[in-house]
Amino acid sequence: MTDKLAQPFQQAKTAEMAQGMLEQEVQGRSLWADARARFLSNKAAMVSVVALALIVLFSLFGQSLSQFDNETIDWDILGNVKEAGRPSIENGHFFGFDENGRDLYNRVVQGSRISLAVGIVGAVIAVLVGTLYGATAGFIGGRVDSIMMRLVDIFMSIPYMFVLILLLVVAGRSITMIFVGIGLTAWLDMSRIVRGQTLSIKNREFVEAAIAIGVPTWRIILRHIVPNLLGVVVVYATLLVPTMILTESFISFLGLGVQEPLTSWGALISEGVKSMNYGTLWHLGFPLFFFVVTIFCFFFIGDGLRDALDPKDR
Amino acid sequence: MNDQSPLLSVRDLKVWFDVKPQGAMPWTAADKLKAVDGVDFDLMPGETLGIVGESGCGKSTLARAIMRMVPSEAGTVLWLGNDLLTLSKRDMRVHRKEMQMIFQDPLASLNPRMTIGQIVSEPLKTHHPNLSPSEVKERVREVLDRVGILPNMINRYPHEFSGGQCQRIGIARALIVKPQLIICDEPVSALDVSIQAQVINLLMEIQEEMGLSLIFIAHDLSVVKHISTRVMVLYLGNVVEISEAAQLYRAPGHPYTQALISAVPIPDPKAHENKEVLILDADLPSPLDPPSGCVFRTRCPHAIAECAQSKPPLTERGNGQQVACFVL
Ligand SMILES: Nc1ncnc2c1ncn2[C@@H]1O[C@H](COP(=O)(O)OP(=O)(O)OP(=O)(O)O)[C@@H](O)[C@H]1O
Ligand code: SF4
Ligand SMILES: [Mg+2]
Repeated sequence: MTDKLAQPFQQAKTAEMAQGMLEQEVQGRSLWADARARFLSNKAAMVSVVALALIVLFSLFGQSLSQFDNETIDWDILGNVKEAGRPSIENGHFFGFDENGRDLYNRVVQGSRISLAVGIVGAVIAVLVGTLYGATAGFIGGRVDSIMMRLVDIFMSIPYMFVLILLLVVAGRSITMIFVGIGLTAWLDMSRIVRGQTLSIKNREFVEAAIAIGVPTWRIILRHIVPNLLGVVVVYATLLVPTMILTESFISFLGLGVQEPLTSWGALISEGVKSMNYGTLWHLGFPLFFFVVTIFCFFFIGDGLRDALDPKDR
Repeated sequence: MNDQSPLLSVRDLKVWFDVKPQGAMPWTAADKLKAVDGVDFDLMPGETLGIVGESGCGKSTLARAIMRMVPSEAGTVLWLGNDLLTLSKRDMRVHRKEMQMIFQDPLASLNPRMTIGQIVSEPLKTHHPNLSPSEVKERVREVLDRVGILPNMINRYPHEFSGGQCQRIGIARALIVKPQLIICDEPVSALDVSIQAQVINLLMEIQEEMGLSLIFIAHDLSVVKHISTRVMVLYLGNVVEISEAAQLYRAPGHPYTQALISAVPIPDPKAHENKEVLILDADLPSPLDPPSGCVFRTRCPHAIAECAQSKPPLTERGNGQQVACFVL
């Protein structure tokens, strides 16, 4: 422990001597507060938070800015999208029309919603299942741990992209199928990470101290283990969201993902690429922009969180 | 309390760990690491028992076995007449408040995500869940004040304190439930020398006030000398000597104790002249494969043929000294 850390105490001590009994309680600086301060001072992360918040708002309330919807086909435009379907502020079709004469702005809003949902649902499943599974395996240890982790190894050795594609081909393309596929695989890495963390935290002296005191097991897990691995879980979950979005986009790009009339960034990009030859570059540009910005935002936020949460633990 | 009946009475305590050799197949039988191999001792109320020995000789394991934090292979741990090793988990929990522990790394033994107030109150909340928050707070402030931490620091976090202060907080946590025994596992090894003395003095004062018993673990004799009534010397999980502290320093009985004592630096230069440092040759044998007979024989200057045959029992040598050696 350095002198610098002891300093506030020394100062407080002097102050106390000066004014007799100091009754006021000194507020401490928790590791969370430290981390928050570090995160708030990380410019890239903060810009990303703002950008991401805007994208989320766009996906939730974007339609209300437009007088059109995402399914009405403008028959006048159809067949002449390249000339008449350009993005334009005046006619209210901010992002122009898609290949089928639908308002692209609303299509992108709809796609954003689905892509973000896929990412977030995947991450939530990973956090819940992975944390629980990993913490249980790590804390119980012994044979239970071996069996649980061998199971994860087996799941991981399955080339899941291949299986997922096969499932989509056999069982038909559906959004549910994508959620199932992503949910089944997302928690595997998380459970490994959490188990590793649990193992190392379990052997820390403060957990031993809690055992010696006689604190019940569930309280040890909730009060001592979980708060100390939450940092890693949060960072990993943040980095997992873009991975999930990428996976879904990849599948959609292959034409196996969400099905019309639903759409996602991957599906929109895929259509945009197909119609690129006709010179309708905005079909590719708008969804790609949202996709790329979101992925970068998540990576920057994850990075910022890692920098903010980690240094004390190392 | 009757001074004749021991507070804690440990008999033939054995703690063996299963260790698999690296790269072993899942079905190969594990080796037994005999971390503690048949330890006997009594602890009287108000007494301080020092435990010394090299790193890895099983001091911490012994402490953790007494607290039932590791499963024991055999033996009994009689605490106020109850065998702790056979109690149910719930009954054991009742006794946990009577014995507390202090750890080697002061900062690591405090949860970094909890405030000092939460840390110190945890034993109280665990064992007296019906206390009101204000009573808990009152007790916390009281005990922090006793160990020399300003009570208005209760909302601070462990990383905001120095090592010595963290150890005081650890002591406060142990004291708050008013235990009868505190096991101190190398409580000062991680601290600066000047702070070591402060912490040891604090422990001794508190012991006096509360009539506590202490088990004080250290890896060298100079630290325990100051605080112990009796000293137990461990070697590879075996007790080689238990003596009254003064007797042990004056006339160490076991060759291993003699070697340890000769290695303690003496401040008096005159005494230094005729002091001979006994150097132990050979390395500490692996606890996985301890020597037959007397565990110390591979490094003992006095070893005879008999030493390889059987284990020397701890025998009374008078003056409150028990030594496990055939020759000395
Ligand atoms: N959980 C465990 N599993 C396997 N072996 C263990 C375990 N805990 C301790 N050991 C082994 O038991 C022996 C005694 O360890 P212990 O920690 O009790 O030693 P120690 O005397 O406290 O040493 P130190 O002075 O380094 O703290 C060592 O050889 C150690 O490797
Ligand atoms: S019994 Fe033999 S080997 Fe062991 S300490 Fe005594 S003389 Fe040395
Ligand atoms: Mg130890």
